[in-house]
Amino acid sequence: MKVLVAVKRVVDANVKVRVAADNRGVDLTNVKMAMNPFCEIAVEEAVRLKEKGVATEILVVAVGPKEAQEQIRTALALGADRGILVEAADAQPLAIAKILKAIVDQEKPGLVITGKQSIDGDNNQVGQMLAALTGMGQGTFASEVNVADGKVKVTREIDGGLQTVELKLPALVSTDLRLNEPRYASLPNIMKAKKKPLDIKAPADFGVDVAPRVKTVKVEAPAARKAGIKVKTVEELVAKLKNEAKVIQ
Amino acid sequence: MSVLVYAEHDNASLKAATLNVVAAAQKIGGEITILVAGSGCGAVAQQAAKVAGVAKVLVADNAAYAHQLAENVSALVAEVGKGYKHILAAATTTGKNFLPRAAALLDVQMISEISGVVNATTFQRPIYAGNAIATVESAQAINVLTVRGTAFDPAAAEGGSAAIENLSTATDAGVSSFVGEEIAKSDRPELTAAKIVISGGRGMQNGDNFSMLYKVADKLGAAVGASRAAVDAGFVPNDMQVGQTGKIVAPELYVAVGISGAIQHLAGMKDSKVIVAINKDEEAPIFQVADYGLVADLFQAVPELEKLV
Repeated sequence: MKVLVAVKRVVDANVKVRVAADNRGVDLTNVKMAMNPFCEIAVEEAVRLKEKGVATEILVVAVGPKEAQEQIRTALALGADRGILVEAADAQPLAIAKILKAIVDQEKPGLVITGKQSIDGDNNQVGQMLAALTGMGQGTFASEVNVADGKVKVTREIDGGLQTVELKLPALVSTDLRLNEPRYASLPNIMKAKKKPLDIKAPADFGVDVAPRVKTVKVEAPAARKAGIKVKTVEELVAKLKNEAKVIQ
Repeated sequence: MSVLVYAEHDNASLKAATLNVVAAAQKIGGEITILVAGSGCGAVAQQAAKVAGVAKVLVADNAAYAHQLAENVSALVAEVGKGYKHILAAATTTGKNFLPRAAALLDVQMISEISGVVNATTFQRPIYAGNAIATVESAQAINVLTVRGTAFDPAAAEGGSAAIENLSTATDAGVSSFVGEEIAKSDRPELTAAKIVISGGRGMQNGDNFSMLYKVADKLGAAVGASRAAVDAGFVPNDMQVGQTGKIVAPELYVAVGISGAIQHLAGMKDSKVIVAINKDEEAPIFQVADYGLVADLFQAVPELEKLV
């Protein structure tokens, strides 16, 4: 079974981003970029499926700027077999899903794994949209994935606890934080990954229009909280909460 | 102008999150219809009809919708939603699961987790873990939106008398089935609805120590949450996680115990009215957002707190 994994290049999770001075976005000058953490989990899950003999080939796809080749190379170093970069900076989720749909039609994977959301736009849409466009069943926010007998059983993290669904293959899984702990790439594997095939494509190759449907008018910093105080004892804390903040009785 | 609101429920009762979505719909303006999709969900429809400001309730009562499977629900919403200018759902794990799928079926670029309505086509939403607020505008024929509950005061649950209409539509996409679920049972209030939330982090050291927080919570009528670190370490289950990718809370009082204050955690609680941080590391970033900070060993401070409240 072929597994397709979608990955995204985003600002590193440890960077505290700042709004750009012109209020058109956030300032990403000289900011460290990385693979979206949920996508790392998606790659790891695919690699584990391959190690178990369930997956035979892992295709990693990114829709993003030219530099997203770095994230594809990282996935290749982690165990993916080949990559496709569709060059389109700032494509919105529906356009990304349409590009991925075209690739799914060509490649016919048995399973598609995406991260549940990217930590830049926080949209949480691409996986569900791709499932809609391909007619696949979707197991979103997955914390456990078991493939057997032409089906995949997915345990999902939901607001009240956990839910398990069963999907016919081909299906889509989107990863939550506790699905697995991604490994690090070894140096020999990083070297080997440089020789693995990576195709560069354009949205037009798939007939997809990536013009934004939703326009960003402005981006602002959230209202800042005013500085608080330090209290010395628990008594003082409780007194402040009762008499000053009046949030407890 | 017409707005379709998707009801969040468990087939027995309407969830409070729906009231926040109705409030967002009221800000958008126009006639509000609530869609209840479920199985044996008649009582939910009755409750939805009483929500203030709602004109109509549509009910799709069918086994295919019993567990809110995204494949089935999204097909229904895309079909029913064609006649509306706006389709709204709560930004819960249910709404986040099916609504992007419905949007794609409608060929609409959805707008996730709005925190403000500027006008009927312009919305605000947090990006980058809430470190920036984007104002976005859409000229699409239909706007499909999830709504961040904490950003909108709930509409009144009583006072309306909407007409209830049954839909005969039933779609079973046939690609997915429900196997089972483990729902946490608790007598404490729901995290996203509680007026007081007490959360523990890695500093709690293990799951048993959370009993200290439960004791304080029970005296205050509070809900108990956790940081990602505490959930990842297996101290407590995932449904307790507060943060960028967990639950978003904005209670009157948020008490962070043994939580350092990673960006991703702050994203889930920094709109709380009053924030208290208890941490032995005075350099912990949580103190930068706390109204009241106590630098102390939580194993002494929390039992003391329990005695004093």
